[in-house]
Amino acid sequence: MDERKEHPLGGVIPKGGTAHDYSTGGWRKLRPVLDRDKCTNCLICWVMCPDSAIITEDGKMVGFDMEHCKGCGICAVECPDKVKAIKMIEEAD
Amino acid sequence: MAITMTKGQAGLTGNSAIAYAMKQINPDVSPAYPITPSTGIVEEFSSYVADGAVETELITVESEHSAMSACIGASAAGARVMTATSAQGLALMWEMLYVASGMRLPIVLTDVNRALSAPINIHCDHSDTMGARDAGWIQLYSETVQEAYDNLIQAVRIAENKNVLLPAMVCLDGFITSHAIENITLIDDAAVKEFVGEYRPVHSLLDTDNPVTMGAMTLQDSYIEFKRQQSEAMARARDVVIEVGREFGKKFGRAYGLFETYRLDDAEAAIVILNSAAGTTKVAVDELRKQGRKVGLLRPRLFRPFPFAEIAEALKNVKALAVLDRADSMSGFGGPVFNEVRSALYELEKRPRVISRIYGLGGRDYKVKDALAVFDDVLKIAATGKVDTLQKYITL
Ligand code: SF4
Ligand code: SF4
Repeated sequence: MDERKEHPLGGVIPKGGTAHDYSTGGWRKLRPVLDRDKCTNCLICWVMCPDSAIITEDGKMVGFDMEHCKGCGICAVECPDKVKAIKMIEEAD
Repeated sequence: MAITMTKGQAGLTGNSAIAYAMKQINPDVSPAYPITPSTGIVEEFSSYVADGAVETELITVESEHSAMSACIGASAAGARVMTATSAQGLALMWEMLYVASGMRLPIVLTDVNRALSAPINIHCDHSDTMGARDAGWIQLYSETVQEAYDNLIQAVRIAENKNVLLPAMVCLDGFITSHAIENITLIDDAAVKEFVGEYRPVHSLLDTDNPVTMGAMTLQDSYIEFKRQQSEAMARARDVVIEVGREFGKKFGRAYGLFETYRLDDAEAAIVILNSAAGTTKVAVDELRKQGRKVGLLRPRLFRPFPFAEIAEALKNVKALAVLDRADSMSGFGGPVFNEVRSALYELEKRPRVISRIYGLGGRDYKVKDALAVFDDVLKIAATGKVDTLQKYITL
């Protein structure tokens, strides 16, 4: 094993997008649930989610990447007041 | 501030000399929060920034924790970064000092040594930088204004060396060195520029073609490997300090090593002491030498990494020595320099007797008579081999 490759100087990860391969969604307390009937596909949640955990297809909101969603609830708050298509529920329920 | 030079010499305080060296080094970024007795450094350097004498971006922050945080951010972005502080300021940086060294960012900091509260005190001792001795920073100590100026210029080269890549702090005594005027030799702007060279960071957060993540989490599977790398880099810094000190000597006529020895070659009794108090001790050495007493001095310049083998070699023929600390480890067993010097000597077949004396805390004067009294004790121990008082406070 080349230790230098394995342990780059100062713990730097020398490439981008590595979070994709690492599940960070394991310690959620709340989970977002989408009401497809209400959703207008404005994609505000996609813009605001700090963990890029909103999945889109053809410009449409289709769900959440539960490997990376940390359950912060920002998407539910940011979803426009007139729509409110995202609800946060207890992960344990 | 205009500096008047006569035959290449200028009368400068330690703070002015450090600010002037910073002007000559012209770092990219300098986040700073002024604090006594290092205020003069930031004050004068900010005049250089305001006058357009440097291209540095000066970031005025709301605390020293923020100053070091901004240093880390700027350094991670690929900038050459410098700052200055003292005492509580360094203490407030504590958390971030470890982040800077763990991320291997070659930030250069000047610490004007001052006692830590409580009781509150603004004068010199080494409790601030001694408290940071395990933070992974290279530490260079300076006896005089000249040495502080020279050390700062060398610190940039040492910290940024590809075999090191660690932050470095240059330490000088509060008020005694920071505020006293000394005639020093300044180096040409162009020569300083050439000596420090251009900084080329290994990684830069602003290099969008080569994106990186810094400060990622490492757990049981890799944290210890990163710490071992850091430890090895720190050990390698020793050779780089020697190399840079030698090159500096060749170019500018003032060579520097790991430590300075004074009349130590045939000495039977010695004092080991840091920074400005070494000057006072040298006067005592000269007085005793005149009376035919075989005494000498060793003044560590590099304290992190600690040059244990070289120090043991230099002290191996001494019969007894006192290590004087301007800081107490509060362990009930002497000061930090005492403990490390004594431990370094343990490897010797025939070990000198070593005593600890704590002096000058909170700026209490250390005079020639104090050094003479210590030598009196040490000479007695050298003659009899018996230690009466292993450790005590002096200058009380
Ligand atoms: S809960 Fe937070 S992390 Fe999860 S999808 Fe919503 S905004 Fe993103
Ligand atoms: S913010 Fe609400 S309405 Fe807009 S896409 Fe997201 S869930 Fe749908």
